[in-house]
Amino acid sequence: MSSSLLVALAGQPNCGKSTVFNMLTGARQHVANYPGVTVEKKTGFFSLGDLRVELVDLPGTYSLTSYSLEERVARDFLLNDNPGVVIDVADASNLKRNLYLTIQLLEMEVPTVVALNMMDVATRRGQSLDVARLEELLGVPVVPTVAKKGEGKEAIRMAVENAHADKRVAPFVVDYGPLEPRIEDISILLGKEPTLGAQYPLRWLAVKLLEKDQEAEALLRRAHSEPQAVMDAVTKARAGFLESEGRDIERQVAYARHTAAGRIAREVVAVEEGRGRSLSDRADRFICHRVLGPVILILILLALYQVSIVFGGWLAVEVWPLWGGIENLVSDLLPEAGFIEDPLVRSLGEWVVKSMTAILNYLPIFILLFAFIAALEDSGYMPRMAFILDRLFRRFGLHGQSTLPMILGGVYVGGCAIPGVMATKAIPDERARLATILIVPMMNCLAKVPLYLILIDAYFPQAGGLAMFFIATVTLFMALPVAKALSMTVLRKKEHAPFIMEMPPYHVPTMGGVMRRSIERTWLFLKKIITVVAAVAVVVFVLINFPGLSETRAAHFAAEEKAAIDAFMAEVDKTEYKGVITRDDVLGIILFDEALKQAKVGVTDQAVSDTINARFDAANPVYSAVVRRQGDDGRTLNRELRKVISTRKQLRREIRTERFEGSFLGVLGRAIEPVTQYAGFNWRINIALLSAFAAKENSAATLGSIYGIDGSGLSVEESMKQAEAGFTPLHALALMLFMALYPPCIPTSIMVRHQANSTKWMLFSIGYQSLLGLFVAVLVFSGGSMLSLSGFQAMWAFYALCVAVTVIMALIPTREEARTTVVDGKEICKNKCS
Amino acid sequence: MTLDEMKPGARCVMVDLHTDGPLGQRLMDLGFCPGASIEVVRNAPLVDPVVLQLDGYHVSIRHDEAKYVEVKHQ
Repeated sequence: MSSSLLVALAGQPNCGKSTVFNMLTGARQHVANYPGVTVEKKTGFFSLGDLRVELVDLPGTYSLTSYSLEERVARDFLLNDNPGVVIDVADASNLKRNLYLTIQLLEMEVPTVVALNMMDVATRRGQSLDVARLEELLGVPVVPTVAKKGEGKEAIRMAVENAHADKRVAPFVVDYGPLEPRIEDISILLGKEPTLGAQYPLRWLAVKLLEKDQEAEALLRRAHSEPQAVMDAVTKARAGFLESEGRDIERQVAYARHTAAGRIAREVVAVEEGRGRSLSDRADRFICHRVLGPVILILILLALYQVSIVFGGWLAVEVWPLWGGIENLVSDLLPEAGFIEDPLVRSLGEWVVKSMTAILNYLPIFILLFAFIAALEDSGYMPRMAFILDRLFRRFGLHGQSTLPMILGGVYVGGCAIPGVMATKAIPDERARLATILIVPMMNCLAKVPLYLILIDAYFPQAGGLAMFFIATVTLFMALPVAKALSMTVLRKKEHAPFIMEMPPYHVPTMGGVMRRSIERTWLFLKKIITVVAAVAVVVFVLINFPGLSETRAAHFAAEEKAAIDAFMAEVDKTEYKGVITRDDVLGIILFDEALKQAKVGVTDQAVSDTINARFDAANPVYSAVVRRQGDDGRTLNRELRKVISTRKQLRREIRTERFEGSFLGVLGRAIEPVTQYAGFNWRINIALLSAFAAKENSAATLGSIYGIDGSGLSVEESMKQAEAGFTPLHALALMLFMALYPPCIPTSIMVRHQANSTKWMLFSIGYQSLLGLFVAVLVFSGGSMLSLSGFQAMWAFYALCVAVTVIMALIPTREEARTTVVDGKEICKNKCS
Repeated sequence: MTLDEMKPGARCVMVDLHTDGPLGQRLMDLGFCPGASIEVVRNAPLVDPVVLQLDGYHVSIRHDEAKYVEVKHQ
């Protein structure tokens, strides 16, 4: 008989919980989010004989109160999902603090197994642990493990099996000292509800209620028939305790648990005397050094940039044929192209696939980026990074941990806002987290770069390097003041958390762990993005293709098509192919020609080329004769065919442009021209910018299609310069700055919604960035025109302005600073005397 | 005196905590309890925050938060 068992894995941050999780479940795991919140939920499976075990990795928490989202998630899971066994991972090298959580778990009276992890670290630090004595004191099985080497796996499995079979839980009792009589009173009161005791340990519930834990209160209201009476008694007990002991109950409870943890730790851990400073501490002397620290930080960031963006970018180019292959495969499967207009299914299908491959193109970059980040996380460097930069970022309403999201977003050039927004998850301060989410899209993601390059090549050819430096760094000086402004205004009322961060000892990351996490996150990212992109692509397709051509224009193009075919047929009739090639064959020959070209892409070997030719000859000798110029007639017709192909390309381009201009998006682009003209944008630019909303790459691609690059042999830069004769470098500058501040693309917006957990913030993010971008573009263009600055002068004038604003914003004290400096002694008194 | 007044290298013993709510809870969870021995390890490159050693591990807090921890010299 097979049955299943739910096991929760709990533990404090940095105790090696994930390693234990991986050790137990191997590759059989699944990452998602807890419903409704952004906390990651990792689930894995393993089997114990007939028993199928579902292991849920709870978020790492120091305690089980309800002050942070992670704690609430962990506690709610333990309470509501009724895990059969809890594995509590404790860091053996840091036993006292880890026992604090263990004690809270034991008080909940769930069958618990303690995995005493990182035994090797403890030994290295000269600590020896009496495991048998610990088992005795805690009353639950304790299994020593070194999870990163896989040691202790079998022992934990056995302990879980036994705990599940046994089910008896010896309650662990903490001595709460002067609080004991009040706990007793409340427990008795709770015990009057006969069913309650069967569901929850009464003593635990009593302590929680006295601690003023909101979930416990909610639980009481659900499960007790007279909750108010209990609550009144609790309130009275709290007031009474404060009066008699001079401290509140939360503090008494925490102190008592610490005392208990300390007592156990003292009894179990023996520390060798005369140990010097740990290796980590010595490393920190350099890594957190006043001068060396920031230098090392910059070097690490440069390495990150090199590995992920430069090497990853190269890799992306190498991998591209794969995505190109998928595009070709799909276009082979779709209905055949038409002469001037393709069937709807084909154009839509190609559009959706192209939208997805545009994102997939970044895959190598993401894998490397995530791997690098995972290595940094495992090594323990992340908190140091936050530590070094916190002071700087705090001045702008951000957090030391905002560093990573901004780097991912592309602090210099070449990030992506999606993983950037994803990485804000780790920031504990809600206000700083939202501020970070709102400014990450202002960084320079990879997809903004093509547009920058086009504009710089076209309008700042002599100062290309400087212009690139300008646009790459000015974004930071725009983002920081904006972050400060946001946290002083719209985010004013958001929860502000203290900066308290453990600095774990350094670890050497394991290759397996890094790869696993990197692939895990990439997969999560892909799943989220691909679905959204596919859906959005359809909507955008409609917006840029409909309502479509007017009847007169359609008739005009049809006439052009007929004329081109007529001309070709006239030539056919002069050759031996008269009657063999009919009007209906023309399109077939063109597609045959394309197929042959496609087949020969990348072929350099003559023998291979011959085989392909033979295959095409066999498939259709007549078409092949024309396409491969066989015989005099073949050569003549091929010349004519080239003309038809060229006309076809021309017509298709014209149709595309006209349809685009007349589309919903095109109409919108024209409609906003009266406003955007102050920023120097005409309707063509507006359309390019609007289409970038789906994905930033579109801006360059759309400009390309508007200026009709294919066929003419001119680059986008050249055709743009030709088409927009009145364009100056000032126009280009305004456009670049607008793109820099551009609202997040749709996939990023979805991620913003997800991480901020509200549609409101997503809309806000889109709205304020559009307005800000427009404001800056108007400022630079109209201001620059008025002062008759050249594009280059305006560029550096704007730079100076941004730096000045950044400095001024940094000097404005935050609300917390203002409060603590003014109140200082008084506030201390308020708490003490209350 | 309070913890933010301690210079790097100083060792002290915690006397009391003058804040409640999330900050107080967080500090208590991390082991800031009366009698705990605290060593001020080093300041960040920009002076704030500060790294402390407590119960054998390192924790970093801002000076603004260290203000609430009352300590005495060891």
